[in-house]
Amino acid sequence: MGMTMTQKILAAHAGLPEVKAGQLINADLDVVLGNDITTPVAINEFNKAGFTSVFDRTKINIVLDHFVPNKDIKSAQQSKQCRDFANKYDILNFFDVGKMGIEHALLPEQGLVTAGDCIIGADSHTCTYGAVGAFSTGVGSTDMAAGMATGKAWFKVPAAIKVELKGELKRPVAGKDVILHLIGMIGVDGALYRSLEFVGEGVKCLTMDDRLCICNMAIEAGAKNGIFPVDETTVAYLTGRSKKPWKVFAADADAEYEKTVTIDLSALEPTVSYPHLPENTHLAKEGGEIRIDQVVIGSCTNGRLEDMEAAYQILKGKKIADGVRGIIIPGTMAVYKECLLRGWAEAFIDAGCIVSTPTCGPCLGGYMGILAEGERCVSTTNRNFVGRMGHVTSEVYLASPATAAASALTGVITDPREV
Amino acid sequence: MKNAKGITFKYPDNVDTDVIIPARYLNSQDAKELAQHCMEDIDKDFVNKVHEGDIMVGGWNFGCGSSREHAPLVIKTSGISCVIAKSFARIFYRNSINIGLPILECEAAAEQIRAGDTVSVDFNTGVITDETTGKTYQAEPFPEFIQNIIAAGGLMNSIQKG
Repeated sequence: MGMTMTQKILAAHAGLPEVKAGQLINADLDVVLGNDITTPVAINEFNKAGFTSVFDRTKINIVLDHFVPNKDIKSAQQSKQCRDFANKYDILNFFDVGKMGIEHALLPEQGLVTAGDCIIGADSHTCTYGAVGAFSTGVGSTDMAAGMATGKAWFKVPAAIKVELKGELKRPVAGKDVILHLIGMIGVDGALYRSLEFVGEGVKCLTMDDRLCICNMAIEAGAKNGIFPVDETTVAYLTGRSKKPWKVFAADADAEYEKTVTIDLSALEPTVSYPHLPENTHLAKEGGEIRIDQVVIGSCTNGRLEDMEAAYQILKGKKIADGVRGIIIPGTMAVYKECLLRGWAEAFIDAGCIVSTPTCGPCLGGYMGILAEGERCVSTTNRNFVGRMGHVTSEVYLASPATAAASALTGVITDPREV
Repeated sequence: MKNAKGITFKYPDNVDTDVIIPARYLNSQDAKELAQHCMEDIDKDFVNKVHEGDIMVGGWNFGCGSSREHAPLVIKTSGISCVIAKSFARIFYRNSINIGLPILECEAAAEQIRAGDTVSVDFNTGVITDETTGKTYQAEPFPEFIQNIIAAGGLMNSIQKG
């Protein structure tokens, strides 16, 4: 029996000719990642277990992104703990304020994750890097500590769901609409413990930013990872960017999939996930009765350059509705700088929005846009759980940057094709 | 592994890590401090009612969402001796094993056990007993690989010994 793309990468990193779904393996890691929330807990475990060296200072990535520039004394202490650890062990890829970005926007942009890699990160959205043809999955802090110490992690080889993409997206429909639609189809545990393997002729119409967004939210369907085949778009993205040689793995023709889900990209419309689960999907054009108080455009899901461009195309020369607070957060310093150079930041400000330096901030209810009792936000982030962005009675509606920008203009949930 | 016995707290499907421990508190990593906020967005009284040894029962996909290890940690620190659910989100499952919070997958038990029942768990056999109703349930045993991590006292101990 053949192997899926995920299974092939895992087999290669476990030094095995073949692996099967359900098999427990120990795999070598190319990248170990943590942030300012999860790394302190990992450092404590690392120290408590008595380790005094890391397996490879060039393969550990620590990104301060959740609460930076630090929002209070406690978060400053956590950042300091990460900084001290990075200095002590001479961690090559430590990203502090001024160099940082939201981790899953930053690492692909900087070429630190590449095709064929085996990656763990102490952040659930580490599954993002499947977009470049890597096996990449979120773990906890103790796994990160063990990974930093040994360069290895244990995995149960996942069974797979094939997502067959057909047709071509009709812009402004984007990657976010694809993944929200998929989660709506299969549910928030529809891919639990499985890999989501995206294939089919529809793949070629998806830009790298679309694919990063799609893989980013694989976890919202419960998946262990999401992964795209390596094609011309991948090679063009990695060329001149990837800091290391990459390796292309492709699924065997007789690979086993538990089931196949088919999506006709040409039939997709702007999609919104209503509270309080990402599977609660509706069409944006049907949301006109829902008044909103805030719009957030950014995050590891939609803080990339194309996301900013989508927002710019809708907001330029216009004003957001009275009573709506517009918060735009470019995902990395490079994206932030491009927004300035291209005049997009000015257009956002003229439209009545604020433009922040990169931070996870409001996505997880940290700071920079917390919601009060009963308030509603259309957000390009990834979760709309109870209390996720603030008060327990507040509501988050997940959407693409185009839908979020259009909704900011009207003050109600709006299909971007209608503005 | 010590067996568990306690009163149950019952929750619905898709209990996420944001309600187990809201991110607004994650500027701290102090488990005792964080445990004061365990479950507060869906069950404000939980922290006042929970006693050492009590048992948490969930539905499908328990612990979905963020990878924060603080989630199983605050459940454990609040005194919960075991979580029984129909299924667990995979990162929560992994984290629970790594930090030593006993968890069991058992659809029938998670369906039938009522809030407030007294339940005991034998970890060696995987047998769950609802002492209030007298019913027993058989949970899925852990694979040997995972039993070894638990027996070593968590992942960090197991890699040192390995």
